[in-house]
Amino acid sequence: MSGKIVTLDDATFDEHVKASEVPVLVDFWAEWCGPCKMIAPILEEIAQEHAGKLEIGKLDIDNNLDVTRRYDVMSIPTLILFHQGEPKVRLIGAKPKGQLLQELADYL
Amino acid sequence: MTEHRTVLIAGSGPAGLTAAVYTGRAQLAPVVIEGEPSSTSDQPGGQLMLTTDVENFPGFPEGIMGPELMTALRAQAARFGAELVTAKVSRFDLGSTPFGVWIGDPGAAEPTYTTEALIVATGAQALMLGVPGEDRMLGYGVSTCATCDGFFFRSREIAVVGGGDSALEEAIFLTRFASKVTLIHRRDQLRASRIMQERAKANPTIEFRWNAQVTEVLGDDKVNGVRLVDTVTGAESELALDGLFVAIGHEPNTSLLAGQLELEDNGYLRTFEGSRTSVEGVFACGDVQDHVYRQAVTAAGSGCMAAIDAERWLEARGS
Repeated sequence: MSGKIVTLDDATFDEHVKASEVPVLVDFWAEWCGPCKMIAPILEEIAQEHAGKLEIGKLDIDNNLDVTRRYDVMSIPTLILFHQGEPKVRLIGAKPKGQLLQELADYL
Repeated sequence: MTEHRTVLIAGSGPAGLTAAVYTGRAQLAPVVIEGEPSSTSDQPGGQLMLTTDVENFPGFPEGIMGPELMTALRAQAARFGAELVTAKVSRFDLGSTPFGVWIGDPGAAEPTYTTEALIVATGAQALMLGVPGEDRMLGYGVSTCATCDGFFFRSREIAVVGGGDSALEEAIFLTRFASKVTLIHRRDQLRASRIMQERAKANPTIEFRWNAQVTEVLGDDKVNGVRLVDTVTGAESELALDGLFVAIGHEPNTSLLAGQLELEDNGYLRTFEGSRTSVEGVFACGDVQDHVYRQAVTAAGSGCMAAIDAERWLEARGS
């Protein structure tokens, strides 16, 4: 529980997200998306501050279309919070840290 | 506690950051309130953060990516001592000097900063259509960021609404992915520059729908079409599509300044003799005061003007 961000892909997504005991916040992102880059440091901070209570995973949509399509992601950044393997909160677009924390408050 | 500064710059597009480079080099230790992350143009770095190739910024013969240009400009401002604060201004008080600037709770008794000179570079924000379905479908087929979301419309049919340079730029960019891009425009001719018009008209993937206005975005959980009305005949029709990109223009970010600074009739800040506003010590640059040129290079140029005007004003005042 180091507060590190994990890299997810189509192959590891299910096993990781479904097996996790804590909620997993998945960041659907891509290298060419400016707003995605802007929230990356915020997600790192949140991962540190909530280590042990929340895990953060990044999924590069460019190479992982199965999971991206399964959850109908049509805009990035999209953040989906999974709890016990089920999607619970969906946040579309880059947002400031305070607002992200507020919208995730039920799971923090 | 309130922090006092000599120069505060609100905004971090090419105008704000150029003003920061100049006032930084003049050893005025500017603080830049750069905005907060978002997927619209009010984010740090401004409108260029949502663009791809910038082909017309002097000095880049091969063009440069918008976000790359802004990252470089931000680093340049930091190098000369500008302090960059990732936050949004919530209130300005220009009624007395030094000016008050609030971050966070606008009702707080004390401002976050007081400043001798204020440079307003808050830019402009993309307009939305304001029709039923648009808000609900944001992220489900309606997008404010073609560079972010074009990818999801590979081999799909989409539309771009608008008739200016930004609309055509988006439409051309989106042909990399989409099988068909319909450009919906409410008139029968475009206001975009000739070079962009020629490029768009030569692109076989782009179709034009003239004299059409979107009145509703259709779909249950994803966009599946739009309702259109013909602006000449009034006839209604539906157009099936998977995605809708809106590029109908911008409005200046002046809501916190209305009533404190003089505005033009169209809502842009009024400037006099370079970058001066109606309040002494307040200077404006970039798209918040420019409804004519609205280019990265003119914004940068006006940021330089505001910095020099502020510096001279401070000197003449003896502070």
